[in-house]
Amino acid sequence: MDPARKRTVRLIVALSTAVVLASALIYTSFSAASPALSPSQLVREAQAGQSYQLTGTVVDGSVHREAAVLNFAVEDRAGGTRIPVAYTGTVPDPFREGREVIVTVRKQGATFVGERDSLITKCPSKYKTAPASENQNS
Amino acid sequence: MAGLGRVCLLLALVVCLYGIGAALYGVRSGRIEFSVSARRSVYALAGILSVAILVLEIAFLRDDFAFNTVADTSSRTTPALYRAAAVWSSQEGSLLLWAWLLSLWASLALFLTRNRMREVASYATAILLGFGAFFVSLMIFYATPFATTNPAPAEGVGLDPLLRFPTMMIHPPMLYSGYTLCTIPLAFGMGALLARRVDAEWIRATRRFALAAWLFLGMGILLGARWSYSELGWGGYWGWDAVENASLMPWLTGTAFLHSLMIQEKRGMLKVWNASLVLATGTLAIMGTFLVRSGVLNSIHAFGGATLGVPFVVLIAALIAGSIYLVVSRRDMLRTEHRLDSLLSRESIFLANNLVLVGLCFVIFWGTYFPLISEALTGRESSVGPPWFDRYTVPLALVLVLLSGVGPVIAWRRATLANARRNFAVPLALALLVLVVLLGAGAGEKPLANAMFCCGAFVFGCIGQEFFRGVRARRATAQEGAMVALLALVRRNRRRYGGYIVHVGMAVLFIGVAASSSFQHASELGLSPGQSTRVGAYTIRYVRPTATITPKYDAAHTGSTLSLGAVLDVTRQGRHVATLEPSEGYYASEEQAQGSVGSLIGGQPVSHVSMDGGVTRDVWTAIEPDIETPALHRIVTVGNRTLPPEDALVAIGYLARAYLQHPPQAQFHFIVSPLVMWIWIGGLIVFGGGLIAIWPAPSAVRRRVAIRSRARAAQGLARA
Repeated sequence: MDPARKRTVRLIVALSTAVVLASALIYTSFSAASPALSPSQLVREAQAGQSYQLTGTVVDGSVHREAAVLNFAVEDRAGGTRIPVAYTGTVPDPFREGREVIVTVRKQGATFVGERDSLITKCPSKYKTAPASENQNS
Repeated sequence: MAGLGRVCLLLALVVCLYGIGAALYGVRSGRIEFSVSARRSVYALAGILSVAILVLEIAFLRDDFAFNTVADTSSRTTPALYRAAAVWSSQEGSLLLWAWLLSLWASLALFLTRNRMREVASYATAILLGFGAFFVSLMIFYATPFATTNPAPAEGVGLDPLLRFPTMMIHPPMLYSGYTLCTIPLAFGMGALLARRVDAEWIRATRRFALAAWLFLGMGILLGARWSYSELGWGGYWGWDAVENASLMPWLTGTAFLHSLMIQEKRGMLKVWNASLVLATGTLAIMGTFLVRSGVLNSIHAFGGATLGVPFVVLIAALIAGSIYLVVSRRDMLRTEHRLDSLLSRESIFLANNLVLVGLCFVIFWGTYFPLISEALTGRESSVGPPWFDRYTVPLALVLVLLSGVGPVIAWRRATLANARRNFAVPLALALLVLVVLLGAGAGEKPLANAMFCCGAFVFGCIGQEFFRGVRARRATAQEGAMVALLALVRRNRRRYGGYIVHVGMAVLFIGVAASSSFQHASELGLSPGQSTRVGAYTIRYVRPTATITPKYDAAHTGSTLSLGAVLDVTRQGRHVATLEPSEGYYASEEQAQGSVGSLIGGQPVSHVSMDGGVTRDVWTAIEPDIETPALHRIVTVGNRTLPPEDALVAIGYLARAYLQHPPQAQFHFIVSPLVMWIWIGGLIVFGGGLIAIWPAPSAVRRRVAIRSRARAAQGLARA
């Protein structure tokens, strides 16, 4: 085979491999992804077995521990629908009642079971928003 | 003082705009004095921003709470060391740090190239000052570090206790140095394209900066991992978090660039590829800064507000559009000078390494931005978790480690069977030996981890052989001892042997990652004093609870009011191994609503991990005490009712005593993972290798050697 032809063949092979790999990657990302839902959306849409990323605020007074299981409820940012979650695994330090969390859950019967070590606490607003006095003098 | 800071920022913006104008006018009109003046305005920018950051640093050290950022991220109870580092914990402060580091590194780069590549350097000056102007404008119009409040609050909020950790003080400057250094090859690359001077000159001039960017970024990432492992009460060092990924992406493309630039230098190939890599690395570095600062993706790092999204998106869009335009419009100049001779050559191995690195970057990019992508495509935000990342990155990492062994020893242009046999017989034998040993030990269960061990052994074999041959050759020609020969070898070929050492370090690091992620034993459970549990081969017994009241102004501590913990006895087969004392620190919140006692411990609790680190394994422990039991809760409520703030510490004393007398069950997190320490050791080896590669070959030495060899040649001639 002459060198120019060989290079073209090589290029086509390499490019098609890249395309195949990239499409596999993209396809699996859609099938492996868990949608992010608020509690009210989750109540409407949850199917058993499928995992979801639940985002919301931890309800005041809902946190209690039973041995290794941490129970808490998550509600919409505006209040309303509450989802009880039974979670095992690492609890991030900033986890508190009233704080915004993201946790991957699966529906099991009436409750939602948190996936191990999936709990993320958004950083407390205290460190995020400045006091009302900001920009007064800038 | 704040006034001085604000004046500095305005002055900095003026200097930037003047410099951009002067640089562009100088290069267009060919008037050198304007190019020189533009370069000097970069030095001026560095000076002005140094004053600005000094003003802010002094405000932090003097507890000047009139500055809003000081009041938000520092307090009198924050230990002095951490007060100094709190400068870059806020959005505004970190923007200032970014701009300051950019001005310093840009000054250095332009100073070193002051007598070369006048045109390219002028364009680069304009681009670097453009970045400077962008960040300074952000500080003037969006988030100024010099905003003040009058009258000043009496006390600040305090530095987030999670950030009160030694590596956290150097992690941000390291990472930001890496990010800002990435913009220097970007600026020179764009300059070379703009000036249509696309030979290897600009690559040679900025190679060292690309290497420094790579080194700083890598160390920044590693320090972050170390922080996560020993501070977050989570026990992991990598979680595929958006911000971690954002710093890894430019590092990966930077690694690819450092390899492919050698091919352009030596063979004049891959010019389009190199230009694209440099532009991509710079853009990814800016995107990394953007991700940390914008809050568009959910991340545990969401320290920033959401105000900076739009300007960054505009900058990134401009960078991407500019890069594509430049590469496409200059494509004729970027024609390769040679063709690939053979698939079995160093060129093609380097190309393969580049493809793997860029593939890794693509995987991580897709996964990181997937929430945005899926929202755009399906109207619903969804995200992929660590298992998805692992599925692709683990095999790619295996290939990468394998190639890092093959690359340094395979021949340029075309490898023959004979030299392949000569180069790969020993390393392959070593890898097979490791495989046999592992199979004997039952390696079937974790094939990927064991494959990594074999690849690691292969790399050690390849690099070890290179060192051995180099030393042997020197000993034969120069009659030196083995150690002297080794040192001389590395000293004379810093770039080459520094690179080899980096490869060894990466292999060590990956072995640590593979072992600790695959052969880890973890346990989470509640224990009362006296109870014990088994984790892996170890028995851990909860001996007794501990409680410490930390004096408020004690600078030696991280500033927690109270810490509750446990004494743990770790034994293995009945023999004492270690006594560990994990604890949880409770910090003051300064929130009046929590009451006089409640506010003393109402801040964010932070785990203080305790571990017994070893060469073969780490025993890692963290505790989450139950501070909300009815008895303890009553002490706080009664104290809130009866005690004024100045006496509130008394109640904390009662609380500590009550906790010690009737300790409730505490939650523990135990991890025994093998070879974790080798991740950090591997990182140090990489760092050392990188430093060797980056160190300039002393020109004086080179001259002396040249003179001596010339003298010897003359002597020989005279004798003949």
